This record gives sequence, C-alpha cells and structure tokens, in this order.
Amino acid sequence: MTGAVETALRARIDSGGKCLVPYITGGLGDDWLDTVRAVASAGADVIEIGMPFSDPVMDGPTIQEANDRALEAGVTPQTILDDLRHADIGVPTAVMTYGNIAYHMGFERFANSLAAAGVSGCILPDIPLEEMGEWALAADEAGVETVMLAAPTAPDDRLPLIVERARGFVYGVGLLGITGVRSALAASAVEIAGRLKSVTDKPVLVGVGVGTPGQAVEVSQVSDGVVVGSAVVQRMLDHAGPEGVAALVGEFRAALDEA
Amino acid sequence: MTMAEPTESGRFGDFGGMYVPETLVPACQELDRAFREAWGDPAFRKELDHLLRTYAGRPSPLTECHRLGEELGCRILFKREDLNHTGSHKINNVLGQALLAKRMGKTRIVAETGAGQHGVASATAAALFGMECVVYMGTVDIERQKLNVFRMQLLGAEVRAAETGSQTLKDAVNEAMRYWVSAVEDTHYCLGSVMGPHPYPWMVREFHRVIGDEARKQCAELLDGGVPDYVVACVGGGSNAAGIFAGFADTGAQLIGAEPAGGAAVGRAVPGIVHGSKSYLMQDEWGQVLEAQSISAGLDYPGIGPEHAHLAASGRARYEPVTDEEVVEAFQLCSRTEGIIPALESAHALAWIAKMREEVAGKTILVNMSGRGDKDVNQMMDVLGS
Repeated sequence: MTGAVETALRARIDSGGKCLVPYITGGLGDDWLDTVRAVASAGADVIEIGMPFSDPVMDGPTIQEANDRALEAGVTPQTILDDLRHADIGVPTAVMTYGNIAYHMGFERFANSLAAAGVSGCILPDIPLEEMGEWALAADEAGVETVMLAAPTAPDDRLPLIVERARGFVYGVGLLGITGVRSALAASAVEIAGRLKSVTDKPVLVGVGVGTPGQAVEVSQVSDGVVVGSAVVQRMLDHAGPEGVAALVGEFRAALDEA
Repeated sequence: MTMAEPTESGRFGDFGGMYVPETLVPACQELDRAFREAWGDPAFRKELDHLLRTYAGRPSPLTECHRLGEELGCRILFKREDLNHTGSHKINNVLGQALLAKRMGKTRIVAETGAGQHGVASATAAALFGMECVVYMGTVDIERQKLNVFRMQLLGAEVRAAETGSQTLKDAVNEAMRYWVSAVEDTHYCLGSVMGPHPYPWMVREFHRVIGDEARKQCAELLDGGVPDYVVACVGGGSNAAGIFAGFADTGAQLIGAEPAGGAAVGRAVPGIVHGSKSYLMQDEWGQVLEAQSISAGLDYPGIGPEHAHLAASGRARYEPVTDEEVVEAFQLCSRTEGIIPALESAHALAWIAKMREEVAGKTILVNMSGRGDKDVNQMMDVLGS
C-alpha cells in the first residue's frame, strides 16, 4: 500500500515537477504550526517535523540550537503530536527524531501515536537497517511510512537493501557530515542521487548540505527533489515569522519549478 | 559465566547493537572486520604486547595495602593501573586502537575525553605513531582539568571544546561522533570506553582484558592459587571495570561497579539508546538524556557500557552508588594511609569499600586503582579549601 507521503511525492514527480520537503523544528516558537501551514501553502509537498532530542548526533549547530530552544520551552513529543492532531496542514507530514524517543515510549505506542496525530511518515537517523526490524514492524502495522537514509559511504551492495526497506521516499545523505548549510553543493550529493536512482523507482530526495535554491536545483537534476532543513530552521531561529519562513520555501519552490 | 564475544549483531543479552547514522555503518562494520582479523593475528598481538611492556610499563604491579586494609577492616589489593605511562588504564586501549587504526590505513584519530585521561592517552598514542589527533572535551571539563588540556596540546593534539548541552563527557561524545561522520574516510574514532556502537564495547574490553588477566595471575600467587572475594572498580562508561572483571567473571569473586550517585545509570535500570548502543541510561519521562552530576569528570556520564547492563541484569555484577562526599573522604584516606593519591574516579571504588565495611569485613578485596590523582589535586585544593 502506498502511503500519503509517497503519494504526494509521486503526484509532484508525475506532473514533471521536483519535490520539496522542508524541515520544521516542532514546537519552536508559539507560532510554529502557523509556520507549518504557511510553508505548505508556499509549495512544500511534504513537511518534515523535527521532534527535539537531547543528543542529536546527525545535526549541526542550527538544528541543535533549535532543539535546545524548544526543549527549554517545555516541548515534548506529546505536545508536538497534540498540536499536530488539531492542525489542518494540507500536506502530509513525517516526523524526524532519534531512536530513543521512539524506543522510550515503546515502538508500537510511538507508531500508533504518530498515526493518531495524522503524521504519515517517520525518520529515525540513528536506527540503521540492521537495527530497524522491531521499529519497522510497528510502523508498518500502524501504517506509518519509514523513510530510510542512504549515505555516500554505503557500498553498492547495501543500497538495494536500503531502498527495499524504504517507505515514503529514500533520503540520500548529500555529504559526509551533519546537517547544516554549506557554501557549495558537495559532489557526493549528485553522486548518491544517481546511485539511488539506478536501483529504485521510489522517490529519491537528497538532504543534508542542500541549503540554497541553487543547490536544490543542481541536485534535483538527478534526484526527484530535496529536503531542506537548516536553512529553513535558521529563519525560524531568526524570528522571521511564518511569512518569513514561507518566503524562503517559496524561493526554493520557484527555483525548482523554473529549472 | 565468562565475558565472551557479543552476538553477531553486537549484543550482550538485550544490550548493545549498532545504533549509528547510516553514514557510519560501513565504518563500524569495517572496524569489526579489522579488529577480528588483527586480534586473531599473532603478529598484531605480539606488537601490541611489546608496546604494552616497553612503552606503557606493563605488567602493572599488584600492591597489598596494609594500612588502608587495617583502617577499613579488610584485606585490600590494588591493581596499579595508576603506574602506567600517562597515569591510568586508558593507555591499554589507545595503544590497541592506534595500532589497529594504523593497520587500517587511517591517518588521524578523533577522541572524546571527560577527565582528560583518555584524551591524554590518545594524544600520546597519536604522537607515538605519527598520527594527527583531535580531542573533544566539554567546556566544563576543560575548566576543571586544565592540566590535562595543556598535556594534550604539548603532545601535539588539537583540543576542541564541546560547548553544547551539559558541556561534559556526553557532549564530547556527540561532537566526536559528528566529527567522525564528517571525516570517516581517513579518521579512526578512538572511543575511550566500553560503550558506543559494536564493535567498540567488545573491542575496548578486549584491549583492557590485560588488566584482569595479569591480576588473576598476581592474585593466584599471593593467595595460594585463590581469587579475591570481591573485585571492585569504578564505573562511568566502565572500561577499567570491564578490563578487570574480564579476568574474574568465571570465578566466584563478587564483581562490584561503583557508580557516582549523580550518574548511576544502572541504579535506575531504564534502558535507552544513545551514542550507538542500547544500555541503561539516565533519561527523563520522554527519553531525553539527563545530565550526570559527579565530582569526577571521568565518570560524569549518564549511560554505562552495554556489557555492564548485561552483567547487572543477569546478576553477575552489582553496581552501587557512592556520593561525592564519600569519594572525597576515600581520596584523602588512601593518600594518607598508602602514599597513593588516587584519581577521583578510582576513589569511587575505595568509597564503596568504606561504605560497605560491614559487608566486606575480613574479606579480600581487589581494587582497580585505575588512575593516579595528580590531575585532581587542583580541584581538591578548592574542595578541601586548603
């Protein structure tokens, strides 16, 4: 069965467009849900909702700071899901958090909580393929699409296993490193997109180190689209407000549409 | 029971595993293969053994502590890891890992450090092998362990501050892992304890097994072929404890891990996933990792190595807390009665004996004197107000 995330991305791809998945830190600022809705209106196909964790080893300074601010303000997985349950966003969402948040709540309960809050997908970057079994079972059962990451370091024989397990889309990691805006797109971004496209028909999006509309266009010549995290979150940290954040997402949308 | 190999998926009972970002999975798998191969290669073992003898100063002696024993009403033996080059047991592991890194063709090592002992040891090994070395250390720890920061710099390492979160060991691990994610192709992560993703908990324990193996022989000589009633070691991540326990797990000796009361991961017995493995972890009701609080920077860690969680869950070892006050007292008592200034970490093991003196009355206790206290005297001057 194809879930809401994959369906939305395929709709964009089938119409000849490129997918745009912005990342919003859950609970960051009282108006965070307004930001999510504004970003949806600005052309996001799916929105990734970051659920803050105390020790985010895949994240760079921007998302770390957003995490810390949200946690200090008392945000919990439950407050984020409660907020989302009543939100009318208009596009599917996928939660990104770390394994312990899900494990601590219990994989089954966490998966069911996501589904109950209307969240369609989930990304757990520190639960690799080898450790995915128990979570995948719970997520499949709850109808939650588990997005899999694929890194430039993966040998060729590993990629087919990753894309086979992926639901929603395959998340190509654009570089050797953590999340954050870089001055130029790494060559590895285009390369991982190409390697993934050659082994799967599922949507292939590239994130980590995709920070400008130009970089998004560059990698999307090969990939089906991009995930944009730190650049968007930086706007939130700078108190740009829902419209300010949406304006940036609109720039990405326009650039991808024009390319 | 024995402390044997973990399962193929890197598990000790329910604990362990390889919970790392996808980028690092191939590196962990490569390290697993390389360690397996090296550990089974007599030439590698011979080279490491040679280094341990001629560079680190092994075997470390076993010292009977008559005056301290008299004071505490039991027979106390110290395994003198404090006499190793660089002043703690940490050198055993870093010589092993640096030798392995070189064999794997890596040119740089990155390490995390709490008290600075592992950082100094890593910087030392890097200097010895002509490798670059980057050490992450929490800002708070940099302040309380200035001497070790300067040591690392003298040894040619670059010390970088971990300024996030609690700014202690846990955050230094986060930063070291982030660095490794970015530089995995030419850099080996020289993890300092029996924690992290497979194969680290197993590999680091094997590199420290020499502590337990030597002590087993030394105890047999001293005790007419017998073993001590207790083997006591301090536990943060748990590397020195794993090393000495490994020599006695198959005997009747009681194994005791002394945890700082403010960082007692086993005491709360809640499993969690952080820094690459599943183990007991201090966390809040949502799974956010809590900050440990300890007078000793080296034990200021909210988790514990997965094999220790398994030893606790299976009942083979006990893990019990001691307070900072008890540690300060034991630190002074040991200095005064034995002429040995212990590391604050190691003083936790002594504090456990003092606290449990009724239980251990008349017993023979082997203590892993895991490090010397030179690095702690500045801090203790402030604590004792002298």
